[in-house]
Amino acid sequence: MHPVPCRVRSVVRELEDTFTLDIEPPESDWGFAPGQFTMLYAFGVGEVPISISGDPNDPSRLVQTIRAVGPVTDALTSVSPGDSVGVRGPYGSAWPTGVAEGGDLLIVTGGIGLAPLRPAIFEILEHRDRYGNVTLMYGARSPSELLFADELQEWRGRFDLDVLITVDHGDQVWRGPVGVVTSLINRASFDPESAVAFVCGPEIMMRFTIQDLERKGITDDRLYVSMERNMKCGIGLCGHCQLGRHFVCKDGPILSCAAMSDTFWTREV
Amino acid sequence: MSEVFDLIVEHPFFAGMTHDQIRIVAETGALVSYHEGQTIFTEGTSALGPLLILDGDVALEMQTPGHGPQVILTLHSGDFLGWSWLYPPYRWTYDAHVHSDTEGIWFDGPKLKNASEVDPALGYELMKRFTEMLVNRMQSIRIQLLDVYSTPR
Repeated sequence: MHPVPCRVRSVVRELEDTFTLDIEPPESDWGFAPGQFTMLYAFGVGEVPISISGDPNDPSRLVQTIRAVGPVTDALTSVSPGDSVGVRGPYGSAWPTGVAEGGDLLIVTGGIGLAPLRPAIFEILEHRDRYGNVTLMYGARSPSELLFADELQEWRGRFDLDVLITVDHGDQVWRGPVGVVTSLINRASFDPESAVAFVCGPEIMMRFTIQDLERKGITDDRLYVSMERNMKCGIGLCGHCQLGRHFVCKDGPILSCAAMSDTFWTREV
Repeated sequence: MSEVFDLIVEHPFFAGMTHDQIRIVAETGALVSYHEGQTIFTEGTSALGPLLILDGDVALEMQTPGHGPQVILTLHSGDFLGWSWLYPPYRWTYDAHVHSDTEGIWFDGPKLKNASEVDPALGYELMKRFTEMLVNRMQSIRIQLLDVYSTPR
């Protein structure tokens, strides 16, 4: 339960308010599953849950992408190489990459939601032959706010991954799609009878995406979302992150829509 | 049957319509193609009918004084472009520019509406489909207006 001080190796500014920290893991045999998070502690300021955005096949690096949205994340994104942050975890459930094997896979994400899905993408690309068509659909606010832009470009160059990107607001040089991320679903090639979808982004974006995917014929037991609530302990004790009958920190953050059918559409839970 | 009929009979937009109904719609259509960079129409000009994009990408732009042209939406293969032909004053409310070579079918709006008046069952089928398209676009615009990716401070 105690945060382990870990040294920050490097800090990369991804966007105006978003940074990626490369941190020395707490232990030599440290590892994580795609979708899991850690509780990161900015000493003297506070602790927040942050999804791991690195490659699960490289356990020597704990990579976390953080958007500065408050005092703790402001402090975490102000660190320099050589500074220490406190780490607890990894915690939570993982993207069910095994469940998706043998069929088509849709990855739908928006904004900083790409960060929690990035480890799953690494994992899937590492075992690409186990999947049918894999389509990444990513929406951002504007071309200048595309997260991991270089990596997206690299993935677009692959023949075994369809990468569809859209922005809500274009600019003078953007020649790609303009519109919400759900508009990309019509352009993806998948068999709705067997396809699995991983969805991560702002909750309202996930709700609209789920509706569209269900309309396309994907049942809720094959739709997975990454939920976010106010986490404190990270291990299902304090109850701060309760979402209906689930604790997001322990049962989630990755939950199937079937498991959440009683809460996903309920207000104020 | 015509080439237009063959191109639209399997299109999801027309799924559920009878072949006779699709044939009537096809008779109002004409194949067109546009090159990248070409302007299909501009704001304020007469809206004579919808364009079904068979292949290619089209950007809808609005001219905003002081900010230049702003792309508000892009449409792609399988999408219908335009509904200003449905209601007065029958004028486009944005510019449509071709982002990549585009092929499509222009349908004659007045003829479609006339056919719908003569055959209300056909009109209802068309209205259901265009209304669904409108609702989906409105839904998308609502999400865009929410600016869901902005930083929650």
